[in-house]
Amino acid sequence: MSLHDPFDPNSTMSNCSCGQHASQAQHDIASSDVDALSSRVVQTAVMRALFPHDGERRKFLTAVGASTAWAAISSLVPFGALEAMAQDKGALEKKDLKIGFIPITCASPLIMADPLGFYKKQGLNVSVIKTAGWALIRDKVINKEYDASHMLAPMPIAMSMGIGSSPMPLNVATIQNVNGQAITLHVKHKDKRDPKMWKGFKFAVPFEYSMHNFLLRYYVAEHGLDPDKDIQIRVVPPPEMVANLRAGNLDGYLGPDPFNQRAVYDEVGFIHILSKEIWDGHPCCSFGVPTQFVKENPNTFAALYRAVLTAAAMASDPKNRPLMAEVLSPANYLNQPKTVLEQVLTGKFADGLGGVQNVPNRAGFDPFPWYSMAVWILSQMKRWGYIKGEVKYKDIAEQVYLLTDARKRMAEVGMTAPKESYQKFKVMGKEFDPAKADAYVNSFAIRRT
Amino acid sequence: MRSLSLKATLISAMLFLVFIGAWHMATLPKESLTLSTADAEYTALMGKGAEKSGGFPPPLEVGKAFVKYLSDPFYDHGPNDKGIAIQLGHSLARVGLGFFLAVLVAVPLGFVIGMSPLLLRAFDPFIQVLKPISPLAWMPLALYTLKDSNVSGIFVIFICSIWPMLINTAFGVASVRRDWINVARTLEVNPLRKAFLVILPAAAPTILTGMRISMGIAWLVIVAAEMLVGGTGIGYFVWNEWNNLALPNVIFAITMIGVVGMLLDMIFGRLQKLVTYRE
Repeated sequence: MSLHDPFDPNSTMSNCSCGQHASQAQHDIASSDVDALSSRVVQTAVMRALFPHDGERRKFLTAVGASTAWAAISSLVPFGALEAMAQDKGALEKKDLKIGFIPITCASPLIMADPLGFYKKQGLNVSVIKTAGWALIRDKVINKEYDASHMLAPMPIAMSMGIGSSPMPLNVATIQNVNGQAITLHVKHKDKRDPKMWKGFKFAVPFEYSMHNFLLRYYVAEHGLDPDKDIQIRVVPPPEMVANLRAGNLDGYLGPDPFNQRAVYDEVGFIHILSKEIWDGHPCCSFGVPTQFVKENPNTFAALYRAVLTAAAMASDPKNRPLMAEVLSPANYLNQPKTVLEQVLTGKFADGLGGVQNVPNRAGFDPFPWYSMAVWILSQMKRWGYIKGEVKYKDIAEQVYLLTDARKRMAEVGMTAPKESYQKFKVMGKEFDPAKADAYVNSFAIRRT
Repeated sequence: MRSLSLKATLISAMLFLVFIGAWHMATLPKESLTLSTADAEYTALMGKGAEKSGGFPPPLEVGKAFVKYLSDPFYDHGPNDKGIAIQLGHSLARVGLGFFLAVLVAVPLGFVIGMSPLLLRAFDPFIQVLKPISPLAWMPLALYTLKDSNVSGIFVIFICSIWPMLINTAFGVASVRRDWINVARTLEVNPLRKAFLVILPAAAPTILTGMRISMGIAWLVIVAAEMLVGGTGIGYFVWNEWNNLALPNVIFAITMIGVVGMLLDMIFGRLQKLVTYRE
């Protein structure tokens, strides 16, 4: 959505208003004044409604002048009230928040919102707290030690359904990142690039209810291996993966970055494939918030939402990636060498086999929580026996993933949200139709149903 | 006497130098056998040439870590990165609190159990079963029921330090010389006075030994517990540096853990000397 002055006849409703940025989103980050920004959104929306064709708006504005137009339209449309409604700018119910994260690049948006001051700009005093593993994240969220947290995309679904923990209703406010994972193998397996040769391998994933687990299972199953019988899959917290690979406890892992790149950097592993080669655009982590928190603190939640989305908008732009590597590398955040983070974020990386690859979309930060993502996750949970019986795919997806809210908040910070809520996509060449999830599950030869 | 301790110090210093020397020799940089890739870009991305943690760190690098952390022990760069003194402070506070609570429970309970052979027998099976449980095995249960990771850490310290104190107190109280108690009885001392003026001083050295053992265990356990639940403390520091595979910092932290443990033990050694008596 374009957010330059809609009362300027010379502007088109696209690009940025000062001309120095590629898009309005970047312009607004550069000169972000959230109040002005969101009132702009409302004005633009109203002008759009009045003049569906840009040409008419321009003619009208040049004919009567911007100030007359403003006076005329504002007498008819209560801009002030609309803006207040759009912003939920009530008093913040809670200002001091604790947000947990695992030190991986997936958490980039919610981490960088801290050093870049996006939380402060929304009037929030947030401490982002490094956590040792996903099980601990789960427990600390259930114990209310964290108000919100970095979570794997399937975690809020599993926790809301009470799988692997006592049930606790959670919501996914945004997806944190897409792609950005990889299958890393130990250097001694350089000649075993065909998954059919992986029988008896010990693999690690960060958590049972993770995209990593589902993608690894999917990948080996497509190559004819049964993930429950032919290979061993263990749960290892991401930060401990490289140390375990070095010690020879693991043959490989489908893990989050920077630990794939770190294994290459430390010459213990090589990158077999990037996860985008399994499903380009797959979600990985999400921003999970307990439903109770959303209900009790609507204004705080809205402010938090805007802060994280602003960070996501910034992270989505490849131009900002070197800056992100710089901001995220200190001990307080990811605690990794800058060059490792740069390789992950810019997509120009050493693969551990002597080659330099250039994959600009190695990691992405599209925040939109598609319902279809949740449906795919549920389909895999069913496929591998994590959930038994009939699954109400749509109901669960629409209850946990806050797509409507995300659309609204994305508009507030000047991001373009897709109009659809479900989409078809391909995983390793096989099409997934969210409307036919059960048929999809049954179409696989290797499954636990 | 003086010459003996002087000699001991000299030998200690020599041992240390030999150790550092051997370490230095063992970690001398080797010419890497892998043929250098012609592609300069690849080499740069692999971090060659720049400072990089290749294998076990030489003493000099560890020395640098010592200087770096000890020169600024109180820095605070946000919730996940604090100076070594602050981290040690957090760990000591947890240990102190857990240990103090354990003293409050173990000493009176041990006293009661020790005074009565019946209770001693009755409690014995429970103590014997609970004592060998690894304190960290309590962690999941504690996290689930106490619903707070910090409190769980303190609970784990409490549960691991209670047993040596309880057993030692009971044993110390039970084995106070009969003669002294008989004298007290002849003089018709009331039970409270008997407990505080006869039994407590008599059992004090044994009780202190129990406390010293407990403190040793508590300091061992806190590091592991903090690696598990994280947040703050010296255990978290080790874990955070392990993430980064930064061995010099890990070695620095290990040394600090050793030094603090030694100081704690020395304090209890002094206390023990204070209450020891000659029969």
